[in-house]
Amino acid sequence: MTTTPTDAAQTPPPSIADIAEIIVTALGLEMTPDEIDPDAPLFGEGLGLDSIDILEIALVISKRYGIQLRADNDNNTTIFSSLRNLTDYVVSQLEA
Amino acid sequence: MTPQSLPLTDHPTPDSIVAWCPDGPVSRDRFLADVARLAELFPPGGHILNVCQNRYHFLVGLSAAAVSGRVSLLPPNLTEETIARLAAATPDLVCLHDGQGAVGTLPSLAFPPPAPVGSGHLPVPLIPVDQVIAHVYTSGSTGVPGTHHKTWGSLVTNGLAAAERLGAAGHALVGTVPAQHMYGFESTVLICLHGGAALSSGHPFYPADIAAALAAVPRPRALVTTPFHLRALLDADVAVPPLDFILSATAPLSEDLARRAEAAFGAPLLEIYGCTETGQLASRRSTATRLWHLLDDVRLSPLGERHAASGGHVEGLVPLGDVLEPVDEHHFILHGRDADLINIAGKRTSLAYLNEQLCGIPGVIDGAFLMPDDEPDDHVTRLRAAVVAPGLTTRDILAALRLHIDPIFLPRPLIFVDRLPRNAASKLPRADLAALFAAYAAGHGSAR
Repeated sequence: MTTTPTDAAQTPPPSIADIAEIIVTALGLEMTPDEIDPDAPLFGEGLGLDSIDILEIALVISKRYGIQLRADNDNNTTIFSSLRNLTDYVVSQLEA
Repeated sequence: MTPQSLPLTDHPTPDSIVAWCPDGPVSRDRFLADVARLAELFPPGGHILNVCQNRYHFLVGLSAAAVSGRVSLLPPNLTEETIARLAAATPDLVCLHDGQGAVGTLPSLAFPPPAPVGSGHLPVPLIPVDQVIAHVYTSGSTGVPGTHHKTWGSLVTNGLAAAERLGAAGHALVGTVPAQHMYGFESTVLICLHGGAALSSGHPFYPADIAAALAAVPRPRALVTTPFHLRALLDADVAVPPLDFILSATAPLSEDLARRAEAAFGAPLLEIYGCTETGQLASRRSTATRLWHLLDDVRLSPLGERHAASGGHVEGLVPLGDVLEPVDEHHFILHGRDADLINIAGKRTSLAYLNEQLCGIPGVIDGAFLMPDDEPDDHVTRLRAAVVAPGLTTRDILAALRLHIDPIFLPRPLIFVDRLPRNAASKLPRADLAALFAAYAAGHGSAR
């Protein structure tokens, strides 16, 4: 899906459920969004995502919300430490 | 006459730029000071597991190990089984890390802060050409891991040959691939030590981080990446500063992506072909030709039904797993791989090995992996697996596999069946296994 910047600006900030939906849809996971524990690790053990999944999800988020994810240190997966953390990150970037 | 030893780096002057860090350029003198200091900090022992994420830290770690007579281990993954095997083979193993923490229970050393740089210039250490600098590992066609010893002479030749082919001297290199993987090792680390390039310390991941890392270094500059990262960068619509070349390896690159990349970044896109055993063997400009051009002194020769590589930085005569068709002494066509061999995101294994791991899990009665053949170009393929395991859950099986295989090979989906479609000879025809997943996908909407 593509959105224009104008659409992106009008998109309301995401809820945890919205981001869970993106993860399940972008990766074709065989689970429902509400089955993702908001506080469990997304990366590695836990949901079992890897860096390739994370880049796919980052692309969908950037298209939908008009923001670019950035790693704040050498650990690229910090933002993805949990669904809650990822949602908070997206909301904070939208408010920035 | 072959020299007995070669310098750690051929950067010509004390102020030559070896690397770019967030606080600016790193001169040869500062690099040598960091190397000397780290070498003094290493505890006794001859083997280093260098897991530094910062590419400059990795470079200093590798160099400090080399000048102090130590071997750097570059395993393809850090699964529990891998670490246990390395620790058993080299009991004096020490883990060098830079903030991610140690690996398992190995003794560890955290990368130290920058060393003070004195007023005098530092001499460039010499390293014997026959000294073993690194151990790299291959899965082998049966999945039995093989260890390959890389000598200093071979690594220097490797860096020089790559730099010459790419015209990389004087370029700042930003890499999205790990320094520990053979491709990143050669194309960001070796060509920086010998080849006149300077590496960027970062390991950018998100498209915006890649663009920022490129903007932080001066031209001429180049991006060392993979088809997957390149596609993500192009799809993200971030502003990328002009480049002078783009390097891609680890997976076939579609011609469409090559054209898009060249148009977007205003630079030639070069692909590298190679494998862990040999390092890089050939390159091509993907928008211009399908033919692979062997590095200058590398040769192919027939070996059974396949070919072997020799010459240049290749040590001995190394059989190649891929099906190649030489068209003349310097060029070949790559036809593909043995159906049993798997290469995902630059990591190799075999279906036979994966199936053995799956069937070896207590509670698994039968199981098989499938390499799908319907993935779109420039995406990372995911393996699928079907399993007969009445008492186990998906989580049980994935956790057991995670101990033994690289996570990139974990099956997605993993489906549970009552029996696999084995024929009378107990063989599992690929088409029948594929049909099982097709039927499953039809019932679930998607089987990615």
